Amino acid sequence: MRNFDYDLAQGIDDAFAIDGARTMAIAGGTELLNWFRLGVAAPDKVIDIGGIAGLNAIERTDDRLTIGALATLNQIGEHAFVREHAAVLADACLKAASPQIRNRATIGGNVLQKTRCAYFRAEAPLPWGCNKRVPGSGCSAREGLNERHAIFGWTDACVAVQPSDPLVALAALDAEVEIASRAGHRTLAVADLHLTQQEAASAGLDAALAETRLKPGEVIVGYRVPLHAGERSAYVKVRERASYEYALVAAAAVVAIEHGRIARAAVALGSVAQKPWRLHAAEARLVGQPPTRDAVFPILTAGLADARPLAHNGYKVAMAAGAATRAIVEAAA
Amino acid sequence: MATVRNETAQRVPEADRFVSSAVRGGSNDARSGAVTGPSRKLHMKVNGVSVAAEVQPRVTLLDFLRERLQLTGTKKGCNEGACGTCTVLIDGERMNSCLTLAVQCEGREVTTIEGIGSLEQLHAVQQAFIDHDAFQCGYCTPGQIVSAVACIAEGHATDAASVSEWMSGNICRCAAYPQITAAVLDAAAKMKG
Repeated sequence: MRNFDYDLAQGIDDAFAIDGARTMAIAGGTELLNWFRLGVAAPDKVIDIGGIAGLNAIERTDDRLTIGALATLNQIGEHAFVREHAAVLADACLKAASPQIRNRATIGGNVLQKTRCAYFRAEAPLPWGCNKRVPGSGCSAREGLNERHAIFGWTDACVAVQPSDPLVALAALDAEVEIASRAGHRTLAVADLHLTQQEAASAGLDAALAETRLKPGEVIVGYRVPLHAGERSAYVKVRERASYEYALVAAAAVVAIEHGRIARAAVALGSVAQKPWRLHAAEARLVGQPPTRDAVFPILTAGLADARPLAHNGYKVAMAAGAATRAIVEAAA
Repeated sequence: MATVRNETAQRVPEADRFVSSAVRGGSNDARSGAVTGPSRKLHMKVNGVSVAAEVQPRVTLLDFLRERLQLTGTKKGCNEGACGTCTVLIDGERMNSCLTLAVQCEGREVTTIEGIGSLEQLHAVQQAFIDHDAFQCGYCTPGQIVSAVACIAEGHATDAASVSEWMSGNICRCAAYPQITAAVLDAAAKMKG
């Protein structure tokens, strides 16, 4: 690991010098330290924002939950109000990592973790191509081992998925992310924070490198989660072992049930694209249906008809329909 | 074997001398040479003993404990947060020392396996691991025990399923999981009673 300067931020203003490359912010550090070891990042300076007072608050108002960026995954996952009113988020936080990591990892940093693609997560210098690590070197996963890669939004330049669990829950909850910089504060729908490779290319950006809409000098300071009376939610994470593992596919569902039928539904999928994948068309078709497997599964399967699986990840399409169905049924139960 | 134990609090001056000499004699980043480039002054308590040192910001808490303080009970397994054998308590919360910079522990209290129990008086979790034969090769055991102490303190050692889930951050490649789960539950019951 290359050495760097280290400064302790007293207030969030001290963090606005970050550019995400030469100067980076650290909070928990559970992801950043691995970037440093692999050579994914090698900053000259690291600004520790972990001690900024008040930035870890979890607060409720009548119709809103606000979560500071420095709240840890365990603080959110075990918070009684979050568990009661945003179960999908609490569950996603507890399923995101080990207890030890969840004591350090923050909700601000968690959504900015990078892909688990094995070609990407190798020590520099890479023995193979990866356009995220060495622009122009190619995407080894495109024609290689791509069992865990994208079925939506990818391009030939990159087929990576975003692995965050809380991000998927926040997207299903229609949460907003609050961003601060020298220019002031702005908010963005969590579902719009990240870019698929196709979206990046369409915006004239590098399809492999551009992953979020954050600009240099911008820092995530928190989230606003709207709460609606009568809504229930659930998170289903499908993985190769029962705990402490990244998702093959994840599904977050938020539903309101009236008179035994779905009055409103939101479904977001994780680990299928480089952003949480909302099933908007299927969500609309779910309204009026009973929250049963038989009623829901065909609608969600149809909602995945535009998936573009790679050579080795066709299973994700069926798995996503199944996970989303389970999430809706569990939320409604 | 260098140990900086809780019960040596009354011997802090002596322990401090030892730690200071360890810090002076130790290398800054793993086995490399003198401190070069950016460095920071660092103060923390390790197993109840005050520690002062100058470290490069890149040095992890794990390397600092092992290479500077010679507290080698905390093991380096994967060095990427996947195995949990480097687990320590920071201000009472279990964390991976390989995913923590030493400089992030300024002013904090760190407890390692050397600070849990003693040869004369084993911690209830240590005794339970012996009673239940909760290890084979033993490499993961320091991390398992530190993690279990926290797991019990958090109130998560309620039944086998909860212990399995809340101990899942500690991998045992000998797969002594049934014995580990039994030991944690037994220790939790004895500590409660």
